[in-house]
Amino acid sequence: MTDGPESLPAPAPPVTKEFWAATAQGQLLLKRCLDCDSVIWYPRVICPHCSSLRTEWFAASGRGRIYSYTVNHRGEGAYQDCAPFVLAYVELEEGPRIMTNITGAEGDALAVGLPVEVVFSDTGAGSALPRFRPAPG
Amino acid sequence: MTIRGKAHIAGAYEHPERKIPDKSVPQVHAEVALGALADAGLSLRDVDAYFCAGDAPGFGPVSMADYLGLDRLRYVDSTETGGSSYLSHVGHAAAAIAAGKCRVALITLAGLPRSQGPSRASRSALAPEAGFEQPFGPTTVSMYALAARRHMYEYGTTSAQLAAVKVAASQHAQHNPEAMLRTPVTVAEVLASPMISDPLHRLDCCVISDGGGALVVVAPEVARELPRPTVKVLGHGESPKLAGGRVDLTYTGAVWSAPRAFDEAGVRPGDIDYASIYDSFTITVLQAIEDLGFCEKGKGGAFVAEGSLLAPHGRLPFNTDGGGLCNNHPVNRGGMTKVIEAVRQLRGEARAPVQVPDCQIALAHGNGGSLGTRSAAATLILGREDA
Repeated sequence: MTDGPESLPAPAPPVTKEFWAATAQGQLLLKRCLDCDSVIWYPRVICPHCSSLRTEWFAASGRGRIYSYTVNHRGEGAYQDCAPFVLAYVELEEGPRIMTNITGAEGDALAVGLPVEVVFSDTGAGSALPRFRPAPG
Repeated sequence: MTIRGKAHIAGAYEHPERKIPDKSVPQVHAEVALGALADAGLSLRDVDAYFCAGDAPGFGPVSMADYLGLDRLRYVDSTETGGSSYLSHVGHAAAAIAAGKCRVALITLAGLPRSQGPSRASRSALAPEAGFEQPFGPTTVSMYALAARRHMYEYGTTSAQLAAVKVAASQHAQHNPEAMLRTPVTVAEVLASPMISDPLHRLDCCVISDGGGALVVVAPEVARELPRPTVKVLGHGESPKLAGGRVDLTYTGAVWSAPRAFDEAGVRPGDIDYASIYDSFTITVLQAIEDLGFCEKGKGGAFVAEGSLLAPHGRLPFNTDGGGLCNNHPVNRGGMTKVIEAVRQLRGEARAPVQVPDCQIALAHGNGGSLGTRSAAATLILGREDA
C-alpha cells in the first residue's frame, strides 16, 4: 500500500480559504450553523439544513471511524502511478462523513468501523490534505 | 394530471457500432436520430421537440438542433443528470406532450469515449465540493466500490452475489451479435478477474463503448397513424439523491423515483414483466433492485444469486441485450440503451432466446452521477399499446 502520490494535488478552486489555511497549521475546521446547530459538510456559506447564512468555524476533534473504504488498484490523474492506495469515507465524531485517504494501514488492518485520527499531508501549496490513520490504542 | 397514456415511444434505435474511430460525435447523433425516426416512420421534418444531455456537443440543445436542421422546434430540454438523463427526457417529453407543448419529441445520445479517451468534464472541477473530494484521488470505480463495501458491511452482501449480476448479463449477451462481450462467464471467473478497486473486480464493471441511441416520443394521435407498434408511457419518477454531508452509500434515489413512477402508472413491482436496470457496476443493479421494490432492502444479494435476473423465465428478467456490463455503454451513460431494450421487449422484438413471453409491462431505470457521492435516479414504467 502507498500513501498516494509524492506530489499531492492541491485543492482546486473554488477553495475555502479558512479551511485550507487551517490544514497547513494542523487543524481540521468544520462549520456549524448558528441557527439550527447543524454541523455542515462540505464547508459553504449557506446551511443546507435550514438555509441560514449564519455559520461559524470550529475545530474538529480529528477523530472518527471508517464508514467505508476501498483499496484502489487503478489510480487516475495525480494518483495514476501510486496504486494501491486507500480511498475512504470517515465519519467524524462531529457527524459528517468526509472523503479522505487512509494512510499507514495494510490489508487486514482496514475495517469498516475502525477508529482513526487525522494526519495532515502537505501539498506544498500552503495547504495540507486531511487524511486519517488508525488511532492508537 | 398525470402522463399515463399521454405519450408513446414510437421509435427506438441503438447504434450498431461499438468502436467508431472515423466519425465525429455530431455525426453519430445524426445517425441515431435518423435511425429512431425511421423506426417510427417519421422524419426530421416531423420533429417539434428536441432533448439532449451533456454528451451533445455545443451550446445546449441548440448546436445539435442546428446541425440536424431541426427548424420546427417549439420545445427543447437539455436536462443533464448523467446516465439517467434520457429516462428523464422521456418523462419530460411525455409531460410536454400532455400539456400540448409539442407532438413529436426526439431524444439523442452519442459519443466516442472508446476511440477518443475519457473526457473529463471541465465543469466538474468547478463544483463546490471538488476541493474537498478530488484531491483524495476518487475514480468512478472506487466510488462504487465504497458503496459495495458499505452494503456488504450492513447486509452481508458478498462478491459472489454481485458476480451473479454479471453472470446473468453475460448469459443474455451471448444472443446479441452486436454485444461487446458475448462469452458467458461464471461467478468464479468474475471473482478471478483483476481487482480494480476492492471489492469490485474488472468483471463487476461495465464496458466502455463508442456509439449512441435515440428515441422518438409522440402524442397518442400521432402514434395511431404510424405503421409500427408503439409503447405507451405509463409512469415516470425522478429524484436526485444528495450527499448532505452525511452520505449514505447503501441506497439510491430509486427509493423516491420508483414509487412516483409506479403510482403514476397504477402498477406495482409485481406487475413488471421485464426490467432494464442501469448496470454501470454490479452493485448499481443490486442496490436498484432493492430500492425499486423488487425485494426487501438488504436482500438483493440473495435475490440475484438465485437466478432471478435470467431471461426469459426468471422472477425479474433484466437487461436482455447484455446491458452495460456486456453489450454497450455509449458515452458511459447507460440510460438510453435501457429504454431501447425495454421498447424491444414490449414490441416482442428482443432476441428470441431472451424475449419475455407476453411482455406487457416493463420498467426502465437509471441513475446518473455517482452512487459514492451524489446522484440522480429516474424510473419509467412502459406498457404495450393496449396497456
